[in-house]
Amino acid sequence: MTEPAPRGLRAVGRVRGDTVTMAHGAGGRAMRDLIDDIFLGAFGTGNVDTSEDQARLALDGLQGTLAFTTDSFVIDPIFFPGGDIGKLAVCGTVNDLVVGGAIPIALSCSVIIEEGLPFADLRRITASMRAAADTAGVDIVTGDTKVVGRGAADRIFITTSGIGVIPPGRNLSAENLQPGDAILINSTIGEHGAAVMAAREDLGLSSGLLSDCNPLGALVEALLCAAPNTRAIRDATRGGVATVLNEFAVSSRVCARIEEDSLPLRPEVRGISEILGLDPLYLANEGLFVAIVPADQADAALAALRKLAGGEAATLIGHIDAAPAGRVVMRSLFGGDRLVDMLEGDQMPRIC
Amino acid sequence: MKYADEFRDPAKARSLIREIEATLPRVTMPDNRPLHIMEVCGGHTHSIFRYGLQKLVPDSIEFVHGPGCPVCVLPMGRVDDCITIAEQPGVIFTTFGDAMRVPGSRGSLIDAKARGADVRMVYSPLDALSIARKNPDREVVFFALGFETTMPSTALTLLQAADESVGNFSMICQHITIIPTLKALLADPFTMIDGFIGPGHVSMIIGNKGYEFIPADYGKPFVVSGFEPLDMLQALLMVLQQMAEGRAAVENQYARVVPEDGNPAAMKAINEVYEERESSEWRGLGTIDHSGVRIRAAYADLDAERKFGLVPAVVADPEICQCGEVVRGQLKPMQCRAFGRECTPATPLGALMVSSEGACAAYYQYGATELAAPNHD
Repeated sequence: MTEPAPRGLRAVGRVRGDTVTMAHGAGGRAMRDLIDDIFLGAFGTGNVDTSEDQARLALDGLQGTLAFTTDSFVIDPIFFPGGDIGKLAVCGTVNDLVVGGAIPIALSCSVIIEEGLPFADLRRITASMRAAADTAGVDIVTGDTKVVGRGAADRIFITTSGIGVIPPGRNLSAENLQPGDAILINSTIGEHGAAVMAAREDLGLSSGLLSDCNPLGALVEALLCAAPNTRAIRDATRGGVATVLNEFAVSSRVCARIEEDSLPLRPEVRGISEILGLDPLYLANEGLFVAIVPADQADAALAALRKLAGGEAATLIGHIDAAPAGRVVMRSLFGGDRLVDMLEGDQMPRIC
Repeated sequence: MKYADEFRDPAKARSLIREIEATLPRVTMPDNRPLHIMEVCGGHTHSIFRYGLQKLVPDSIEFVHGPGCPVCVLPMGRVDDCITIAEQPGVIFTTFGDAMRVPGSRGSLIDAKARGADVRMVYSPLDALSIARKNPDREVVFFALGFETTMPSTALTLLQAADESVGNFSMICQHITIIPTLKALLADPFTMIDGFIGPGHVSMIIGNKGYEFIPADYGKPFVVSGFEPLDMLQALLMVLQQMAEGRAAVENQYARVVPEDGNPAAMKAINEVYEERESSEWRGLGTIDHSGVRIRAAYADLDAERKFGLVPAVVADPEICQCGEVVRGQLKPMQCRAFGRECTPATPLGALMVSSEGACAAYYQYGATELAAPNHD
């Protein structure tokens, strides 16, 4: 990390008024005030030289493989039970790093703001980004802001990129799965998708559901320690557990077999899924991964996960089989097998 | 989960299956084919696949998936009508989720939205009405479709709009009724159906009397059923018991929800708002007399067809489609010449591939044709 630079002569700016205007994107003083007050105010500048056009990160002592990922976040509503778009933007990118076995080092944060967004909302979002980054042990070291006119964006879009280092010897890959391996998940399924859906005002459902949005680094490290031959880990975001299993099955040319009665599911998620005719296997998660571990390391992996926050409900949901290759098959509560295919598009609520 | 798990108990299911197996030898079987039991409703089709019921019952019983999925029988021309209205300047077009994916001759409502139309998914017609209240300078149109199950909610919404004089709200009515279609199916000499698992939620509204012609005129058992796996297995057992005893009657397995006489308050709202159409078009089945309703002239101001002077589009189903034969029980979905080739959930030609309740989509999604037997345990 670079040393903090001596502060320049300019006073740290403060935004005026209540909402973001086009002036805050114009490159002048108002933009500088927005960045100083809200972004640097939240993210801090301890490890970053803000006087240059790029963050500078020393490579001293780093070994292994560099991991680099990026993700854009657009969500309605931007605040939802259990999180907000800011927390999501940090956790999403951090989780994409850690499920590859990487130790996250730094994030960038690029935002596109629709004019009229209240500063109060923006402060809430950046504070939550900082809190999530602290939990994940990562700094937000560079960024960009743009302001667009009303209707050109929906309140705020955030893109985060992240870099991390995969220590030597780790090789997690969707192509590593072998027949006999155990399929584990760390948590109950579908909570983010169900919570966001229930939070949409037009649905009129009340539930105590919270998004599971959380950084997964500690859980992944505990898993890799307990099950050193873990084959692959992937966070089950859009498309849910079903989609990750399909990706795994295709990449490794194996069959993922899961048991319906082993799927951990909160009653509220089941309830919303039943009402809307949705399948929780396809609902998004933001604090859940699917891990494939050798069968003889599954018990140790589960025991390690269950000791940690976010891993209490860790469960073995099935195993890897040789055939039919590229397929995910679920044994239903009644003993019949059915195919769990990829979705074509969004799940659509049924009419009746 | 209360009120669901009780009806999904695997041990009880096994005991029902044993009873089904014990009853079957006393049933006179048709020549050269399995016993065909039609589940009328799309919700039933969905349960059959979700719980693998076809594989749990003896091979000599085959479920035939009926016409009771409102999205599946939505004709292409009607989708075109919706798009025509959705593309009018100032219109906010609203409908239920899975209606948005049905292809017309110019794509689906989702495609129209991508081209710039303001198309929104709602969970209830009342949501559409509240969008109208919030946007007084826009015309809000709700596409009302479904069987008698959804009619009371759309009728009450329309009555509320009339009561509040919401001038910028109207509905396209594509409501259809199941009984004329069952009549048409049974009158077709090619139909091969031995008994029926009757629709639960339609019957909750209309009651059970309307089905009496089925045992009386055609000698087929008809058991109104709930949608949970135990409901359906019990309804199947009741059908077989009637056959074993050499009788045919309308029976009600779903008595916890379906009153014998239906819901008179709901029927009153339906009759206040809607009147029978001379005929309605069904995708895959053609035109069926008296099988749908329209908005009465008294509510013409709230009828989008009249308000927009709509000339209904008539579009023939693609020639390759064999939806009609599938719905009549003559073909299994995968026996259709387009199944899995020209017609997939990504590129649905026939409506049966569109909704997750459509028989073809269910076959495709749940891999009924290609699922290898498990080679472990």
